[in-house]
Amino acid sequence: MDNTGHSPNPLEVAAMIAAEGLTKTFGSRTAVDGISFRVQPGEVLGFLGPNGAGKTTTMRMLAGFVAPTAGHASICGHSIEEQPVAAKQKLGYLPEGAPSYGEMTPQDFLTFIGEVRGLTGADFHRRLADVVERLQLGDVLQQPIETLSKGFRRRVGLAQAILHDPPVLILDEPTDGLDPNQKHEVRQLIRTMAPGKVIVISTHILEEVGAVCSRAIIIANGSIVADEKPAALLRRSRYHNAVTLRLNQSADLPAVASSLRELSEVGAVEVDEHGYAVTAFPSGDARPLVVIGELAGERRWPVEQLLVETGRLDEVFRAITTAPVTGETV
Amino acid sequence: MAVVSSIAQRELRGYFATPLAYVFIVIFLGLAGLFTFYLGGFYERGQADLAPFFNFHPWLYLFLVPAIAMRLWAEERKSGSVELLMTLPITLWQAVLGKFFAAWLFIAAALALTFPLWITVNYLGEPDNGVIVAAYLGSLLMAGGFLAIGSCISAANRNQVVAFIITVVICFLFMLAGFPLVLDFFSGWLPGPLLDAVASLSFLTHFASISKGVLDLRDVLYFLLVIGAWLLATTIVLDLKKAD
Repeated sequence: MDNTGHSPNPLEVAAMIAAEGLTKTFGSRTAVDGISFRVQPGEVLGFLGPNGAGKTTTMRMLAGFVAPTAGHASICGHSIEEQPVAAKQKLGYLPEGAPSYGEMTPQDFLTFIGEVRGLTGADFHRRLADVVERLQLGDVLQQPIETLSKGFRRRVGLAQAILHDPPVLILDEPTDGLDPNQKHEVRQLIRTMAPGKVIVISTHILEEVGAVCSRAIIIANGSIVADEKPAALLRRSRYHNAVTLRLNQSADLPAVASSLRELSEVGAVEVDEHGYAVTAFPSGDARPLVVIGELAGERRWPVEQLLVETGRLDEVFRAITTAPVTGETV
Repeated sequence: MAVVSSIAQRELRGYFATPLAYVFIVIFLGLAGLFTFYLGGFYERGQADLAPFFNFHPWLYLFLVPAIAMRLWAEERKSGSVELLMTLPITLWQAVLGKFFAAWLFIAAALALTFPLWITVNYLGEPDNGVIVAAYLGSLLMAGGFLAIGSCISAANRNQVVAFIITVVICFLFMLAGFPLVLDFFSGWLPGPLLDAVASLSFLTHFASISKGVLDLRDVLYFLLVIGAWLLATTIVLDLKKAD
């Protein structure tokens, strides 16, 4: 056999999640349209997209809850269609809305999950103690889940997903409904678990991507429209390297704007008359900060604040997800 | 098997976490007694057997078993917990069997609580206890049949009330399949052998022969097949509709 032609791609072997051409149609509506990606150990993949873009359907297909109309997915090399039990053993999954059995207490619920996942004896108690501590469930272990607050219910759902310490975690909106402190804790949890695992989270909270993800996939209308590192996404923003000058009320805003426009490093200028601010957008890959700083000193503009932006994810998100898809755009 | 038992235990505990279990048992025992003594004429007949008790079981089950069965899957689908259950490393069969056995075991427990009647009849006379054992067994098998029908209908519906009503109707048709009420509907256009086949599906006929003490393998097999077929249908329906 030809060694070079048929040896498997090393990436293919290592991929802990592989999706190929995943497609799901509901009647005449295509919810997910040929999505393909692979995730390697150590990656935290953020799944972004407007509501209804197909995030949840994609995750349900990865978790084996929804059968794809076309294409296939595998978890740790086990096809979710052909070896569902083996694939699901490697998977921890938090469904959208963190459903559970409301009449049960977290203690009973997690015991049930442990039993079904084959955790027994000391092994189970060690894992239970670990997730109870990580998610701070100690105080509510004996209360029926339906009486708990939304935040606690979500944490019970997370506890269920990580109880068996799975190599692959798929979390559908893990921080939805949590307060800022709880969000911080969940992100901390995701970061500490990330090494050696594969974690996929879906979210529409953009700050989350910068906070925990090492890679972001944006989907719109069922297709992937961007798949890159969060920093690379920021570079797509027209605010990337833009400079904003906040001036005091004595400043002559039109004059400042027109002199900024003359700089070759500056592509466009926007004036915010209420906030006494002028934003200069770079032309191409230029970094106009230095020249703008020099100009401001030279002309003695009354600058109160000078801000360099790294980029705005929400603006990139809007631009990508509302633009008609025309192949590759950079 | 351990997984089936875990699922069954969880389900059973769910029954007792709400008033459902207690309400069911009290009403089941109350109605069973009422039917036996008032409608069945337990004393007036002057016979030492439990026929007046067992004769009303099909009618009792017709309404009470669908009430247990309606929540089996409809509730999981409505609350979304079906997504959790179906993404655990279990097969569809394990989930379907676990839930079915939990409900069946629960009905068996309710049935077992009618033991004072058995004691009474033994105290009053000398009944044929073999017949009574066979009748209990037949009754349990029939309950399983109703339950399996309900399991399938519950899997097809998100709404428990709809599941209940459809289950009652289908159970009613199965119960009376051998009687003119149902047969007349088919007799006009169905060829003879098929008409006989419909007639032979009757729960009542099969249960009647068991409850007379004739534990014919064919009757037992009939109920087991009914249970198996409807549970198979449950897995198929679930596979198609779980995510809708």
